[in-house]
This record gives sequence, C-alpha cells and structure tokens, in this order.
Amino acid sequence: MANKEISNLKFALGILLTIAGFVIAIIVNIAVPQVADVNIKEYEYFGRLYNFNDLYRYIVLCIIAIFVVIGVFSYFDEDKRKKYVKKAPFRFALGLALALWDVLGTKYLLLPQPFFPGPAAIVETFLNEPAFVLENTLYSLRLYAAGFTVGVIFGVGSGILIGWFPKVYYWVSPILKITGVIPAVAWMPFALTLAPTPFSAAVFLMTMCAWFPIASFTAQGVQSTAKVHFEVAKTLGANTAQLVFRVAIPHAMPQIFGGIAMANGFMFTTLVMSEMMGQPGGLGYYIQLSRVWSAYYKVFAAIVIMAVLFSIILAVISAVQHRVLRWQKGLVK
Amino acid sequence: MAELSKTVLEIAGVNRIYSDDVNNTVEALSDISLDVERGEFVTFIGSSGCGKTTLLRLIAGLDVPQSGKLLLDGKPIHGTNPNRGYVVQQGGLFPWLDVWHNIAYGLKVRGLYSKRKAEVAKYINLIGLEGFEKSYPHQISGGMAQRVAIARALINEPELLLLDEPMGALDSFTRADIQDKLLELRKGSGATMLLVTHDVDEAIYLSDRIFIMTPRPGKIKDILTVDFPHPRHRGGAEFLSLRRDILERLELASAKPQPEYQI
Repeated sequence: MANKEISNLKFALGILLTIAGFVIAIIVNIAVPQVADVNIKEYEYFGRLYNFNDLYRYIVLCIIAIFVVIGVFSYFDEDKRKKYVKKAPFRFALGLALALWDVLGTKYLLLPQPFFPGPAAIVETFLNEPAFVLENTLYSLRLYAAGFTVGVIFGVGSGILIGWFPKVYYWVSPILKITGVIPAVAWMPFALTLAPTPFSAAVFLMTMCAWFPIASFTAQGVQSTAKVHFEVAKTLGANTAQLVFRVAIPHAMPQIFGGIAMANGFMFTTLVMSEMMGQPGGLGYYIQLSRVWSAYYKVFAAIVIMAVLFSIILAVISAVQHRVLRWQKGLVK
Repeated sequence: MAELSKTVLEIAGVNRIYSDDVNNTVEALSDISLDVERGEFVTFIGSSGCGKTTLLRLIAGLDVPQSGKLLLDGKPIHGTNPNRGYVVQQGGLFPWLDVWHNIAYGLKVRGLYSKRKAEVAKYINLIGLEGFEKSYPHQISGGMAQRVAIARALINEPELLLLDEPMGALDSFTRADIQDKLLELRKGSGATMLLVTHDVDEAIYLSDRIFIMTPRPGKIKDILTVDFPHPRHRGGAEFLSLRRDILERLELASAKPQPEYQI
C-alpha cells in the first residue's frame, strides 16, 4: 500500500500544478497587450475605478484561493489527497484554456463576435448591472426553492399513498405514467392562463415534472419493504401509522433520494424554460432579455451563474442524502 | 391482586389450512392443543413443513386459525402485541437503524423511550455488545445481529418470547454462545420462551419440554420432558440417550408409509 500513498512532495507539486494554469491566465491577462480595438469601460465601485480585466483577475484569484483552501483541507485525508493530485492536470489545463480564450476572445478578438465574447467580457456583466443580475438570480433561487419544496412534498406524499394503498395504485398510477411521458413544459399554455400568477404557474410545472420520477420511485421503495420488517415492527408494538413512518418510509429513503436526484435535473430545465417563456424575472428571463439586445456576453454570464448555482444545489442535496443514508455506507449494492 | 395462574398459554383445537391459487389445500396445523406454563422453556421440533413456524405465527398474532382458540392468560389472542416478542431466523433487524435504535424500537413506537432510555444500555450490556451501539446491522456478525434481535424483543418485557429458528443461520460456535445467552436472559427476565428449531441438541440443551411435531397435517406427536439440571453437558449420558430417543421418534415421524402392494 505504501507505494500508493501520496508523498508530501508529490502533493505540493499537485497544488502547484493546479494553480499554475490560473496564475498563467492572470499573467497572460496582464502581459499580453490589447491588440484589438475594444472599448474598455471603467466602472466606479467603492470609490475606485474597475474595468473588466480587473474583475476577471480577481475572479481567477478567487479560483486560485478556492483550490488552495481545498488543497489544505485535502492534506489530512489520504483519499482526498489522491483525488486532488489526480485532478491537478485537468485544473492546470483549465487555467491554460482560460488564458487562450482571453487572448482569442478579448486581446485579439479572433472569435466571431458578438457570439463568443472573451472571459473578461463575460464578467463585465457583473460590473455593468450587478444589482439586476443578483435580483434575477434570487428570483430563480426563490422559484427553485418553491418548486422543489412543493414538488418533493407532493411527489413523496403521493408516492407513499400509491405504494401503500393498492386502490390508490390502481386509480392513480396510470395517470402518473402518462404524465411521465409528457414534458412538463407542454402544459405551459394552460399553466400560464389558468394559474393566478406566473410564479405559481412555474411552481405547478416544476411539480408536474418532478411528480413521475419522485412518486414512482417512492412508491416502489414503499412496495419493496420486506414483509418480515412489517411483522417484526408489529410484534414490537408499532401501529399502522408507525408501520408507514417507521418502517416503509425509512426503507424507501434510498429510492426517494434516487427519485429526487432524477427529478432535480428535470426541475432545473423546467425552471429555466418557464423563466424564458413567461416569468417577470429569473436567469432564464435575463437570458431572454439579453438575447433581444444581442448582449451575448450577458447570456454567457447567466449560464455561468446557473452552472455555479445548480452545482451548489446538487452538492447540498448530495450532502443531505449522505447524511440520511449513512446506514447504507459499506452496504453492498 | 389475583395470583396469576400457572398456565400462561393455552391452545385448544387449533386448525390452520392454507389454500393456494389452484385450490390445493395444505393442512398446516391440525387440531393442536397444548398448555405452556409460566416461565417454561418449550421447543417445537420437527421436519420442515410440520407447521411449527405456523404455530408460532399464530401465537404471535401474525396469522389466524380457521378454528380453535389461543388464550394468553385466559384472554384470546387478537393480533400482535408487544407482550409477545417475536424473533425471526435472520434479516429481522432494521438495516436503517443502528444497534441502539434497533433495540430501542419497541420503546419508541410505544412512546416509552424517554422514560426508559437507560434500559437500552442495560440490554446492550446483557448481550455483550458494548461499543457497537452505533454499528449498523450490516456491520456486525450474524451472531451479534441475533443477540440484538433477542434484546429488541426482550426490552418490551414480553410474557412470551417466540423464537423462530433464531440460531438456524449461525455456525455451531456462535449458536452455542447464543444458547447460553438465552438461558442467562431467561433467568434474568423470567420470560416464557417458545422455540422452533430442527436442531435436536439445541432443543435438549435449552428446553423444559420438547414438542415433537409431524408434517402433513401438522400435529403434535410426542411431548418429552427434559428434567436434568442446567448447565447440561452435551456429551452426558442422559443427554445422549434423550437425543437418540428424539431422533428415533423423528425418524419414525418422517418414515414413508409402506407401499400397499408389492411387485
């Protein structure tokens, strides 16, 4: 096993390699002269002037800081050290790609404009209208929180009923299966017309798209609970409600989380699509608005925010899942 | 307070017939009648299909007979009740709960957990699993898991502990270890224990009385009293002679009927 361990030297090299690419990206941004004729605007914040290159460098610096912090935390754990060193070349290449993109997209303006702006131009969005971007991000976040909550509660709740009561299964599961094959956004015209507000229309659509995966997985989890567990629980004094809440639901938890993970992707899609087609705010709305003005750098900025935001949401869900399903750790699957 | 009668369980004329989809019927139990005394350790032994598990499930309240009556302390058995603990062969522990919470399950569902929390630690001590409180069922051995299952049933302080081949899936060392544990627990709790097994040695080692059952239809063929004292020596003369006796009776019980014609 000794040869598989990551020595301190190798780990230090891993950190260096990781940040080297991003350091090069900053150096390139500073050192390579602006050849193409680009109007570089200055924005005043906190009593100082900033242009897009300044913000771009700060953001790359932040990325470096994040990777250094991750490196420090990985130092104490052998598995994490291995992972970190393994990912170093990719992260190095990421930095180089940023530098190349910067040169082609901003410095020399060789990429077709305005469709492929450089990285600095994209971050200019945050200098240009930070409050508006934040407002739309928060709108998306709020819509997501509402849609996710309603979707999960409705999906898990109905899934339990379908899994527990054969009568409910008989009457509801055909409807569930049909909604499973219809993309939720197809209901958009009805939702927008019939729902009292565009916000509730989007929540309805997200609930619809989450219903099939969450409810069917939950029902399956409830139905597959071993008879012996119900019997043992009964002999220990559990009543019917406890058989549901203290046997069937804990047993179904892995499937419930499987359903949520699957539905989550659908919900992101539905969220953005409904924002693009009829919400008064949100990142999808922002993309649509920016497209109309051909401000493609803002479209990219919104995409970057989505990538970060949705990654964070996925990480949070996965952390909760690990916590709830810790009993499965090491269980052969 | 009226003194409790000596008989804790009374079974009279119980019949249980199963029928499948194509109207085949199997007489799992036919006219079973027996009494069990308070604090007694009785064993039901017989080949598979003799209805011993069915009988235990009826007593547990997980199944109902077509006819006959089952009385616990003179009252008919209706459904399950924590006063009848039930331990299955394997896989009975809840995989999503650790050892502590598996044992605490009965207290939790009955709303007694906050009051009697300390007893969980006591039972973990009794079964010798200190340090494994936070382990999940898949992280402990089969023998440990069965000890947890027994403790989980006993924490409800049942009048009857029903054991459905709880040691059937274990190796012989672990089995002997749990057998001793059972006798110890019985001494401590005074619970009446009913065991289903197909292991003759186990039956002799543990029981006060052994019910020998025969299949198709499930009937009680013989009742043997084991009266020599604990700890019983598995190689002792009385043990071996009783063992031979039971094996003979079991063989007789499962002997094929003679053909009615000869070639």
